[in-house]
Amino acid sequence: MMRKIAIYGKGGIGKSTTTQNIVAGLAEMGKKIMVVGCDPKADSTRLLLGGMHQKTVLDTLREEGEDIDLDEIVKEGYRKIRCVESGGPEPGVGCAGRGIITAINLLEQLGAYEEKWALDYAFYDVLGDVVCGGFAMPMREGKAREIYIVVSGEMMAMYAANNICKGIVKFADAGKVRLAGLICNSRQVDNEKEMIEELAKKLGTQMIHFVPREKMVQRAEINRKTVIDYEPGHAQADEYRTLANKIEQNDMYIVPKPLEMEELESLLVEFGIV
Amino acid sequence: MKSDTKLPEPCGIQEDILKKYPSKVARKRSKSIVLNDPKTEQEIQANIRTVPGIITQRGCCYAGCKGVVLGPTRDIINLTHGPIGCGFYSWATRRNQTRPGPDGDNFMPYCFSTDMQDDNIVFGGEKKLREAIQEAYDIFHPKMIGIFATCPVGLIGDDIHAVAREMKEKLGINIFGFSCEGYKGVSQSAGHHIANNQIFKHVVGLDDTVKEGKFKINLLGEYNIGGDAFLIEDLFKRCGLTLISTYSGNSSVDHFANSHTADLNLIMCHRSINYVAKMMEKKFGIPWLKINFIGAEATAKSLRKIAQYFGDKELIKQVEKVIGEEMPAVLEARKDVEPRTRGKLAMIFVGGSRAHHYQYLFSEIGMKTVAAGYEFAHRDDYEGRKVLPQIKVDADSRNIEEVVVEKDPKRYRLRKTEQELDALKKKGMEISKYEGMMSEMEPNSVVIDDISQYETEKLIDKYKPAVFCAGIKEKYTVQKRGIPMKQLHSYDYGGPFAAFKGAINFYREMDRTVNTKVWRMIKAPWENEPEITATFVVE
Repeated sequence: MMRKIAIYGKGGIGKSTTTQNIVAGLAEMGKKIMVVGCDPKADSTRLLLGGMHQKTVLDTLREEGEDIDLDEIVKEGYRKIRCVESGGPEPGVGCAGRGIITAINLLEQLGAYEEKWALDYAFYDVLGDVVCGGFAMPMREGKAREIYIVVSGEMMAMYAANNICKGIVKFADAGKVRLAGLICNSRQVDNEKEMIEELAKKLGTQMIHFVPREKMVQRAEINRKTVIDYEPGHAQADEYRTLANKIEQNDMYIVPKPLEMEELESLLVEFGIV
Repeated sequence: MKSDTKLPEPCGIQEDILKKYPSKVARKRSKSIVLNDPKTEQEIQANIRTVPGIITQRGCCYAGCKGVVLGPTRDIINLTHGPIGCGFYSWATRRNQTRPGPDGDNFMPYCFSTDMQDDNIVFGGEKKLREAIQEAYDIFHPKMIGIFATCPVGLIGDDIHAVAREMKEKLGINIFGFSCEGYKGVSQSAGHHIANNQIFKHVVGLDDTVKEGKFKINLLGEYNIGGDAFLIEDLFKRCGLTLISTYSGNSSVDHFANSHTADLNLIMCHRSINYVAKMMEKKFGIPWLKINFIGAEATAKSLRKIAQYFGDKELIKQVEKVIGEEMPAVLEARKDVEPRTRGKLAMIFVGGSRAHHYQYLFSEIGMKTVAAGYEFAHRDDYEGRKVLPQIKVDADSRNIEEVVVEKDPKRYRLRKTEQELDALKKKGMEISKYEGMMSEMEPNSVVIDDISQYETEKLIDKYKPAVFCAGIKEKYTVQKRGIPMKQLHSYDYGGPFAAFKGAINFYREMDRTVNTKVWRMIKAPWENEPEITATFVVE
C-alpha cells in the first residue's frame, strides 16, 4: 500500500533538500515514489530532475485548459522518481493556497495515485507554515497520513513546528492524519539534538533523525543533485540513507500535543543556555 | 400615522418570540424588538451583525453598492469583478426603469462581469479585469465604467483601483472602483455608503455648467422601481421645479457630475443616500430636506415643503394648482376602495426607508401598520437623526471609509443665509433633519430590526395581517401561511406607486390583494381533514 507523506516546516529550514535526499535514499532501496511540490516557487523537485524544467500543474492547466494528460505534468527524474510541481502565482498576486487545492484535486482526477503506477510512497513538500486552508490541503482526509516536520534548534523553527502541530491536531480530529516525527536539520545550535529530542517528547512524538550540517549538501545542490546522487560515498549520503530507512521502518504515528508559548520558551531557556 | 381606532394589544409578543431562542441570542434580539410608544424616547438596536444561524432578510455589501445605488444608472458600465453569480443575480432584479438619454446610451439591459474562473483566483484577476474593461470600451464606448469588487477579489487582493487608474489613463474615460466586497459591514448598508463615497469622489463636481431653471433640485434615494421616478419627474415639471439629478432612478452620470449646482437636495431613502447629501452640504453648501413621495398626502406635503423652502409665491401657487389637479382622482379612488380596506392590518419589513414610507399609503385607505422594521437601517432611521451622536461606531462600521469633506474654496455657495434658514426653521420646517419612523407609528405597534424568518412567522400567526410587505426571500414562506405578500423591492409586477397616480395604483392593488379569497385556500382540504379514513384490518 502506498504511504502518503507530507513534509512541513518553517520556510528556509531545508524541507525541499531534505525531502529530495530522503526520496533518493528510498529510491536506492528500490521504492517507487512520487514527489508533489506544493510551493509556488516550484523548486521541490529540482535536485531530482537535475534542474528546474518541470512544467507546473497550474501552468499547464492555464495553457491547455481542462484537457490535460498526466504525462504533461509528471516528469521522471533520478531513479524514475515521479516528479510533480503544483506551481502557483507570482509573489504578491492571486491565491497560492487555492492553487495548491486545485493542483492536488487535478492530480487525483488524472489518476496520479492510481495502482497502476505501483507507488510505494507519495511525498508532499509543502511551503512554509500552514498559513491558510490551501497549505493544509495535503493534511486533509484521503491525502497524506504521515507528517514529518523539519526543524532546527532555532527559536522560530521550533515555534513554526509547534504551530504546524496545531494544524495537525485540527485535521487529526476529523481524519487519519498523524504526526510521524521531527527531522532535525542541524543549524549547529547549542544542545540542539537534546533540545529537539525534548521538544519531540513534549509533543508526544520522536526526533526521527538528527541530520548534521554539512557543506556537501550545498555543493551537491549547486550541481543540481542530491547528495546521494552527487557523492554516493560521502558520509552525509549515509545520513540521508539512515533517515530514509528510519522512515521506511517507522511505526510511530500520533496526534501531537502542541505546547503553550511559555512552555516552548522555557524549553529554550533550559537547553539553549549551557 | 393618525388613526381613530387602536391597534390590538401586543400581549407579550416580544416574550413569545424570544422564548424559543437560546438565552444569549434572546438577550441580543430583545434589543431589536420594541413595542412602540411614540410619547417616550425608545432606543432600538440596529445595524449590528445578524446572529449566525438566523435566517435574515439582509443582503450583502456588494448588493447594496452595485445592485441598489449604481444599478439604476443607465450610462455607466457597471462591471462586476468576480465569478458570474454576483453579477447576474444583482442585475435588473429591482425593476429599475430608465429612459435612454439623448445620446441613446443605456447599458442596463446588459450584465457586465469578468466571470472569474479558478485560474483567475489562483493567479490573480487583474489581467482579466483589464481585458474586460478594454472589451467593454471597444464595444460600447461608454463615458464611464465602475468596477465592483466581489468577495474573492478582496481575498486574493486584486488592486481594482490601480487597474482603474491605469485604464482611465489609457482610455481617457472616467473609470473607478468600488471596494464593496460582499463580506464588508453587516448588511447592504455598507455598500450604499461605499457607493456614495465613490460617486462623490469621482463624479460629483466634474461639470460646473449651471443649467437654466429658477428652482433647481436633486432627488436623492429614488430608484425608479416600476416607474416611480417618471411620475415624480412629471410633478416637478408641472410645478416648475428643475430636476438636476436623481440618485439614481432614470439617471445619467452626467447629471451626477452636475448635481452640485442644484439649490436643494431632497432625500427619499434616507439610509441609502444621506451620505451624498451630507457631503454636498459640507462641500458645496446645499441644504437638504427629507421628503417622501409615497402616499398622496405625503406627496402633497412634500411638494408644499419644497415650495415653502423656496418661498416663491408663484411656485407656491403652482404647487397648489398641481395638487388640486391630482387630488380629485385620488379621493375618488380612495372612496371606492376604503370600505373594503378600512381597519385591516399591514406589516412592512423592508429597506431603510420604505417600511416608513408605505405606512402613509396604507393609512390613506384606512389600513393600519401593526408591525414594521428595516433590513439594513441604522438607529437614526428609526429614532431620528438626533441620536446620531449617541451611535457607537463599531469595528464593522470602521471598516468603511469615512470621506473627509471640506468646503470647496471656489464652489461653496450658501443657498440660503443663516437668517433665512432660521426663519424657515421657526416656521416649523425641518432642514437637514429626519425624525425617523418610530415617532410616526402608533402606540402598541411592533418595531423589529433585521427581522428573521422565525420572527416573521410568529408575528403572522399572532396578528394574521391582511398583507405582509417585504422582499423576494420572504415572499413564499409568507404566502404559504395564507397571507398575501407584496414585494416592495421590486413591486412584483406592479407599480408605479409613487406620487398621486402611484397612490391610486397602490389603493387598487391593495384592494385586490387583501380582499381576494385565494389565500384562504392555500391549505389543501385534506391538510385540514383527511378525505379518506381507514382503519387497520389487523390490529
